[in-house]
Amino acid sequence: MSAELAHGLAYWLRRLGGGVTGGISRLGFAARFLLAVLWYSPQAFRRIHLTLREIYFAGVLSLVIVLMSGMFVGMVLSLQGYETLKRYGSDEQLGILVALALVRELGPVIAGLLFASRAGSAITAEIGLMKTTEQLAAMEMMAVNPLARVVAPRFWGGVVSMPLLAALFSAFGIFGGYLVGVRLIGIDEGAFWGQMQAGVDFWPDVTNGIIKSVVFGFAVSLIAVFEGYDSKPTAEGVSTATTRTVVISSLAILALDFVMTAFMFRGGNV
Amino acid sequence: MNRSAIDLWVGIFVAMGIAALLFLALKVGNLLTLDHAPGYRLEARFDNIGGLKLRAPVKAAGVLVGRVESVRLDPKTYEAVATLRIDRQYEFTKDTIASINTSGVLGEVYVGLDAGGDPAMLKDGDRIAKTQSAVVLEKLIGQFLFDKAQQPNNGQDPNSAGSAAAVAGKGSGGNMK
Repeated sequence: MSAELAHGLAYWLRRLGGGVTGGISRLGFAARFLLAVLWYSPQAFRRIHLTLREIYFAGVLSLVIVLMSGMFVGMVLSLQGYETLKRYGSDEQLGILVALALVRELGPVIAGLLFASRAGSAITAEIGLMKTTEQLAAMEMMAVNPLARVVAPRFWGGVVSMPLLAALFSAFGIFGGYLVGVRLIGIDEGAFWGQMQAGVDFWPDVTNGIIKSVVFGFAVSLIAVFEGYDSKPTAEGVSTATTRTVVISSLAILALDFVMTAFMFRGGNV
Repeated sequence: MNRSAIDLWVGIFVAMGIAALLFLALKVGNLLTLDHAPGYRLEARFDNIGGLKLRAPVKAAGVLVGRVESVRLDPKTYEAVATLRIDRQYEFTKDTIASINTSGVLGEVYVGLDAGGDPAMLKDGDRIAKTQSAVVLEKLIGQFLFDKAQQPNNGQDPNSAGSAAAVAGKGSGGNMK
């Protein structure tokens, strides 16, 4: 009886220990993987068209979804914000509300989530499938480094695209907010832009949004290429890796956003 | 998709992204206006600045002419000293009155400047002599009650200020409901 209990306990403790050490070793592998990608990046930049091609796939092809979402998010913010601000008779502050919400939080975060599910999953699936079909192994046989040829361009393509997409998201969101607030509801145009300019500062509001989007770009791109490179070379492995990319990237974006917001806007200067 | 088409699209994408950043910096965050323009400083002393904050607007006739640069307490006179940074293109007369106002009931607190007729102009570092402090709502209500108590009510002894205050208090309480 007690021997059975001890066995059961040992089994669960072993599983817990295995999970923790596995997680730590995977984290260490990801860190070494990042260093290797950075190390081979100059080699990848010598063929810059590879990176440009990845900016095209990660950035340009994500434009439609990001711009449309930005526009709709801005329009909804404007509608909802107006309903609430109207109660306090300060509906002219709508410009500040829309601009601050988009520039500080929603722009980087939603653009990051969309980027993770639109481009991150595609990167993981592509690299994972290359591994499954042994294209990566074939490259090594031909003395072509897959890190420099396949992984680094995709990583940098994501890192470059993400801040631009976030800025476009915010800009189109503000435009959508303008359309609903000024054109549809009929708030004074001068008050909308004037209050916005008085209430939003380039430093720290806009710059903190840009810093966030750059960090998200690094995080999502690293997770995407790492999950693809580390996937099991089976059909199931690729699908698991793709799912993991979206889940881990989304959680990483939201957690990093909280940590960065806590550091950037803690009291005082808000 | 051939290489030149990809280059073209990436170029368009990057140009759009930079344009969006410029839009956020200039149109939304007004990077290049008043804040960084050189200006001159004026000092104004108030008995009470109410809810005046750093970087609050300074307005003359409703037009933004500067911002509040610092707010501190004079340890000798116990007055609040606000330093105003005024855009260089605007000059104000020596007898300008600075007052602390609120735009709307819940709006932001700002410093209003009302120019007078003095031919001499204020220069960098000058002090605005005439100021009007913020109106504190609680004090205003207290003063109102006090005035009510001071007034001789008909049918009541004007000397019994305490009971009159109680009546005034009840009266205003009744009005609130």
